[in-house]
Amino acid sequence: MKPEVIFNLNRCKGCGLCVSVCPRKILKLDTSVTNIKGYHPSVISDQSQCIACGSCARVCPDSVITVLKHEEDT
Amino acid sequence: MTQIIYQRSKGLKDVETHYCPGCHHGIIHKLIAEVLVEMDLLDTAVGVSPVGCSVLAGNYLDCDFVEAAHGRAPAVATGIKRVLPNHLVFTYQGDGDLASIGAGEIVHATARGEHFTTIFINNAIYGMTGGQMAPTTLLGQKTTTSQSGRDPLLHGRPVRMAEMLSTLDGMAYCERVTAANMPELNKAKRAIKKAFTLQMQGIGHTFVEVLSACPTNWGMSPADASAWVKSTMSQVYPLGVKKDITAEEKP
Repeated sequence: MKPEVIFNLNRCKGCGLCVSVCPRKILKLDTSVTNIKGYHPSVISDQSQCIACGSCARVCPDSVITVLKHEEDT
Repeated sequence: MTQIIYQRSKGLKDVETHYCPGCHHGIIHKLIAEVLVEMDLLDTAVGVSPVGCSVLAGNYLDCDFVEAAHGRAPAVATGIKRVLPNHLVFTYQGDGDLASIGAGEIVHATARGEHFTTIFINNAIYGMTGGQMAPTTLLGQKTTTSQSGRDPLLHGRPVRMAEMLSTLDGMAYCERVTAANMPELNKAKRAIKKAFTLQMQGIGHTFVEVLSACPTNWGMSPADASAWVKSTMSQVYPLGVKKDITAEEKP
């Protein structure tokens, strides 16, 4: 099981609700990046820690986040 | 194989919203869109949007929408539902729209038991016009028109619409929810789905009040505003089912 979190970077308004609900505390607002709307967008700092709960995507008011879970071939 | 845990709902148009960062309108739009898709009602549902921040809700939700005059969404929805009884009809109204100028409309639409659903967004303030005091503003809450905090002797007390409307016989299902955290978000979606389901059974008026955050006008960060909804606002506006005639029928 390999989770993947994808951000639609230029739709993000940097509200940080996803950061506040992440149970693994692996999301942050990237202050080194400014998106097309002028906000610091949310990024995932450590993809390997993600448990693919989807909380960040469900709470995002702007539907910025897509969460996928790749099943590893056995 | 790739499993999709969450992706943008097909019930939303692929456009950006004009809402402020962290506004709960975006979250509640998503919940409605997801429910409409799950119930396969996207093509036939008709929404009625209010005056206020969510006046452009029809630009974001991918179903038919009518814009009503300030507070008059229940009257417009009444007409639509009576002409199109097999379509899902819902109003999406803020507290300035529903609890203030439109208070009379919603009371009589509920009293008549009109078969549409009201989604009532209560953020305890006027958002679009710049953070003025609303009927739902909490005692002591500072707004641009109550700068020392709402004073009960000067400004009156908060109006609890869900409890008030539950006393009317036309109300079939009434619940207060919030989208302030993940468990409550899931409950909010279930409440909206139940209201829409009961509407299609034609048993009376259905009403879902959603406690919502306005980080911009409250002067809080979005995360703090969501926490404030749960910690403070839900003390004045208790969450839960206020009326459910389908539950009362069971022993």
